[in-house]
This record gives sequence, structure tokens and C-alpha cells, in this order.
Amino acid sequence: MEAVSCRCYQFNLLLVMLFVTADIISTVEFNHSGELLATGDKGGRVVIFQQELESKNQPQCRGEYNVYSTFQSHEPEFDYLKSLEIEEKINKIRWLPQKNAAQFLLSTNDKTIKLWKISERDKRPEGYNLKEEDGRYRDPTTVTTLRVPVFQPMDLMVEASPRRVFANAHTYHINSISVNSDCETYLSADDLRINLWNLEITDRSFNIVDIKPVNMEELTEVITAAEFHPNQCNTFVYSSSKGTIRLCDMRASALCDQHSKLFEEPEDPSNRSFFSEIISSISDVKFSHSGRYMMTRDYLSVKIWDLNMESRPVETYQVHEYLRSKLCSLYENDCIFDKFECCWNGNDSVVMTGSYNNFFRMFDRGYRQDVTLEASRESSKPRSVLKPRKVCTGGKRKKDEISVDSLDFNKKILHTAWHPQDNIIAVATTNNLYIFQDKL
Amino acid sequence: MFPKGTKRKFSDSREEPVAGGEDVNQSSLAAVRMLSSYSLQRQSLLDMSLIKLQLCHMLVEPNLCRSVLIANTVRQIQEEMTQDGTWQIMTQALSAANAAAQCSADRLVATEVLCRQTEAAQGEQVPKPFPVVGSEGCPAKEVLEEEAAAAEVGMTMSTVSPQAPTSYLPGTFGMDPCWEEEETGEDDDDEEEEEDSEECGSGSEGEERERDSLVEDTRTAEQVFGTFEIKNPAPSPDPALEELFSDVDASYYDLDTVLTGMQSVPKMGPYDLLESLSSHGPSPLSSSTSCRSDLNELDHIMEIIVGS
Repeated sequence: MEAVSCRCYQFNLLLVMLFVTADIISTVEFNHSGELLATGDKGGRVVIFQQELESKNQPQCRGEYNVYSTFQSHEPEFDYLKSLEIEEKINKIRWLPQKNAAQFLLSTNDKTIKLWKISERDKRPEGYNLKEEDGRYRDPTTVTTLRVPVFQPMDLMVEASPRRVFANAHTYHINSISVNSDCETYLSADDLRINLWNLEITDRSFNIVDIKPVNMEELTEVITAAEFHPNQCNTFVYSSSKGTIRLCDMRASALCDQHSKLFEEPEDPSNRSFFSEIISSISDVKFSHSGRYMMTRDYLSVKIWDLNMESRPVETYQVHEYLRSKLCSLYENDCIFDKFECCWNGNDSVVMTGSYNNFFRMFDRGYRQDVTLEASRESSKPRSVLKPRKVCTGGKRKKDEISVDSLDFNKKILHTAWHPQDNIIAVATTNNLYIFQDKL
Repeated sequence: MFPKGTKRKFSDSREEPVAGGEDVNQSSLAAVRMLSSYSLQRQSLLDMSLIKLQLCHMLVEPNLCRSVLIANTVRQIQEEMTQDGTWQIMTQALSAANAAAQCSADRLVATEVLCRQTEAAQGEQVPKPFPVVGSEGCPAKEVLEEEAAAAEVGMTMSTVSPQAPTSYLPGTFGMDPCWEEEETGEDDDDEEEEEDSEECGSGSEGEERERDSLVEDTRTAEQVFGTFEIKNPAPSPDPALEELFSDVDASYYDLDTVLTGMQSVPKMGPYDLLESLSSHGPSPLSSSTSCRSDLNELDHIMEIIVGS
């Protein structure tokens, strides 16, 4: 049977898990196998979910995710020199490819990146000679025999321990981290600079991009996102607030201020307004799994670029074009600065991104279809498939449609993630994490 | 920029400038144009942007990306307004309003400092911005525009170099007596709206100056990200202190304080500003059709910003 690329509008998505967090979710990321899902929140906490193995009793519940580990990754800090607080909010989490029994992930706030080791412990040594079981030391005079401690099974305990702390390398706010395909290095990007780190070395990093002008007066553009190529360890891209993406080759020079390629779409003069630059600012950039394409998200659209063509994207998908006439209001309430992320599915045939009113959108590249879905308690009844939603842009509002003016701009889906192999998606609303799965 | 006649996003296409005519007609046309929906919306957008730049969260470092985008928007509006000549009208109105206000000697001094710095920034442009003689016409106007641009863009005094006296007071531009003279001089000019003729009446020269002043405005606007290193109010910087802070990258700090512009206006906190502005309400779509009430409003807002 040939593999048919799945059409997104044919997805029958069921809610498999709803997790309510104490704090606003700020990042969501599957690991490379999809077995683990990590979330970071505004309070500096990381919560990791693990996919349960397929159960013979309940074949319907394949892939149910349960809480695996919770730990405090970052604490709030105070910069005494500048008299400013450093937020503990986790901006990004990136998993390292698994090498042994333990799992490793990088988590970052605005200033500091940490490497965490997550390991399981399911047995412990028992039968010490000098210690009681509770840890108290025995009176040596009471020891009359010698025994060898043995490992006894215990309840599974998941431990998270910080293995490396990469600090003091960023003057500005870190917006991205990306692990290199060589699994030895990674990059971290802030508003004006990108640094290259070795995972083993914490007291040194190389600056590979610096767009800070000599005169801060001349600052008109900042770095918004950066990512390593999935296969080529010498290649990375970074996006800017002016809607450009630069591809850099680290072999060319030590400082990659000169890009190898510049991806920029010429502006559409008919859509020109005072907000043109703001809405062209790229909030996220992601390579496809194949490495042939990359996707960018700006305020109103998702664009797919072929790395071989710099002049314009090969595909453009409108996420919520009906907002174009509302840009002034969205500027007023600051929503225009919301940074939406985007993601690819496992075989790069479908892309997904979030919107307002707890809507999220999927675009099928092959069949040119798109669908709008909602992540909310009301529309996510157990056992019922998610129903496509529609926004009414004008004129008569049909039943089940929602008008643009009724949209709740406080309910935004900024973070979404797609399982690397299966049709399982994680969607984060403000403080709820939804995991949907394709109905079997 | 915007080619003339291009339909804008905000509203219907704005009225085109009218050529020729008598002074009386032109002043009424100017008033009408001032109040045209597009101009009002643009003005409201400018005000909104400036407020956004000011109201930074003092506890946490402001989002640099957001600040840059807003500042770029302000610059864009300012450039367009300069091209239209609306900028000049507004700053004239402001200077007229502020001329009546009391000025302290301190502020005059600070303005003089600004003028000197501005002169340096202009380079070969205007050799002597201060004092200004009204009858000189065009070169003086450029200074006016640049200072007005600086005033509007948000109380930035980033022209204060480390060597200059650091008694820093924002928004004193309107207090400069040279503006008063400038203002009387300009009353004689016709209130023509056309870009080409608004400067000095000579077409090609006017265009060239337009471009030049545009460049200056851009530069001034960019001073939103001022470069004075540390908020050190000491008149003569202590060399030891400077050395201590020399390797600190304080540019983020600069951005924060410059954008808030609250450093030298201690009476007014960011929320006070917002409250006072909201209570006066820019109301761009009000039915008032007199130019004067609109100018009064601007005057009011500027007063609050200046803290007078």
C-alpha cells in the first residue's frame, strides 16, 4: 500500500489530554522520537510529558501523554548594574538527540541557557552495613555481620539535574536556541547577536553574527529568530524584524555578518500602510525536516521558501487576512507585536500555526487545503472529533461562523508543536496544553 | 514614500493640496486639510506610538524588537508629515503656544546646548542655527524642522555628548527665543501647502532643502536610541567613574531611559502621562472644525510632555 500524504482537512482530531498549567505556557517542544513533550512556562518551570506505550487493553488510547517530570529551570534574577529584573520565563526549549538512557534538553530565558539531564531511576541499593534504610547511621558497635548491598526495584523516579549553565553571553534578550546536527554545538540568538557554543564548554562562546550598529541611534532592525540547518552543520538562518531571512555559512568566515543568501519578498505596493513593516516582521523561522525548505511566520501569513530561491517564497498561506483592516486597533492593543510560531508535520506536507480566539490553522501543501480548528474546552469534548471553524469576514454570518468582531484577542495560540512521526499535535493556549491525536 | 494620490489604508483618499489662491483661502484650506480624516488618524497614530515608546515597564527591560518597530513607525510618519508640510504647521503651532509659557534660565541653557549639538549633527548644512533671524528664511526653517522633529519624536536629548554639560532637560525646544523670531518671520510667508513652494518660494531649492531636512529629521528621529552612556547628572564626569563603567554595554539602559524620557521630568510618572492624556483625549474624529481647537489640543499634549 503506497503512503499517501495525509490531507489536513481529513484529520479527525481527538483530544487526548488537557493539562492546565499554573503559569502561561511560553514554549512547547517534542523530542526527536516524539515520546516526550516539554513545555516551559512564564514561571520558569519545565513540565515534561511522556507518551504511554500502546496498551493492549485500550487500543484507542495509543499515545496518551502523562506528566513525566516537573522541575524549576530558571529563577527570577536581578541585574544590579542596570536595576532591572531578568524574567525567569522560558523562551525556548530544544531537545538534544538521545545518545544514552538519559535525555538532555536546553532551556533558556532571556539571558541564560541551561542544559538539563533527565534520567530515570527505578532501583536503589538496599542493605548498607553502616546506614539504616532511612539514612541514619548505625552505631558501629551493633554491626556484627557484613552484607553486600543489592539493588532493589523502586517506584520510577525521574530526576532532572542541571549539567551546564551557559551564562553572561547575551546583552539583549535571547529569542532562539538551536542545536546543530553535529550534536556538539548549538547557537543562541538575541536581538542583535548570535553566539555559537560547544555543549561541553560554558565559559566561552563565539560570536558569529553581530548586527549591532556602532551608533545605537541607527538601529532599525533586530534579529527575531535563528535556526541551524537540520543536515548541514555549517549552515544556519536568521530572520529579522524587517521581514528578511539571511542564510549563513560558517565555513565562509568566522563572523557571519555577510550572508550567503538573503531571502526577501518585494513589498506589495497596493497593501502599503504605516503598519507594513511591523506586520512583515518575522516571528518564527523553521527548516523543513528535509532541509530543502524553510518556513517563516509573519503577522498575517506563513511563507514557505525554497532555499535555492531567494527572490520570493514558493508558497504563501494567509493565516487571518481578515485582520488586515484591523491593524490600527491591533497596534493600539499591542496584539500586532504578538509572536506566533509555526511548525511542520513529520513529512513536511502540512504546516500549522496559531491565531486568535484559540484558533489554530493547518495548511496542506500538497492539496492546497486549509482548516481552522479551535482549542477550547467547549469544542474539545472527549471522543468527539474537532470541528472546523470559520471566521465570517463580512456580510451575512452563517450559522456556526464567528464574526471578526467577536474574536477574543486575549485568547491567542502562539505555540504549537507536531509529533515528528505521527499525527499528534500539541497546542498551547494561555495556560492550557491540548494534545490532539488523529482518530485511529 | 507614498506617491501622491495613492489610496491609504486608513480612510478615503485624502484631499490633494491646492495650488495658488489667496492667503485667506489657503489658511482655511490648510485648516480643512489639517482636519482631514487621514491626517487626524495619522496624528493619532503618531501620538499613540510616542506614548508606547514612553510607557516602558521600568522593572523589566523593554522589548527591543517592539521598540524598534514603533520607532520606525514614528520615523515613517514623521517623514511623510515633513513631506506634506503638516509637520511644519504643527511645530509652528507648538512654538506659538510655548512661546507664551514661562521659561527658566536652565532650560534656555539646555536648548543652547542642543543647538550646538544639532549644528554638529547637521554637518555642512547650517553653520549658525542660533540665534536665528526670521528674514533669513530657509536655513532657519530647517533648524526649526529638525528641532521640532526632535521634540516630537519624544523628548530625546541624545545629542548630549559625554563632553557637553549634562544638565539634560527634554522638550525645551519650544522655549527657544529663536523660535519666536522665526515665527514672526514666517507669518509673512504664504501658507502654501505645496511641498515645493512651502520653503522659500523657489521650486528647485525648496525640493533640495526638503530632502536635506528629511535626512536631518531621520537622523534626529533615530536619536530615540540615544547614546549617552550613563545617566550621570554630574556636570563633569569623574574619569574614575567613567572607567568603571567603560566596559559596560549600557546601550540597553539608554534605550530604556531615553524612550521613557522620564528621567528629567520627575514629577510625571508614566502612568500620570497616560492619565492626563486620556483625560484630554486626542479625539481625532471629533466634530470640531476649527484649526484653533486642534492646535490647543496639541499644545495641551505638548505641555504635558514637556512638563511645564
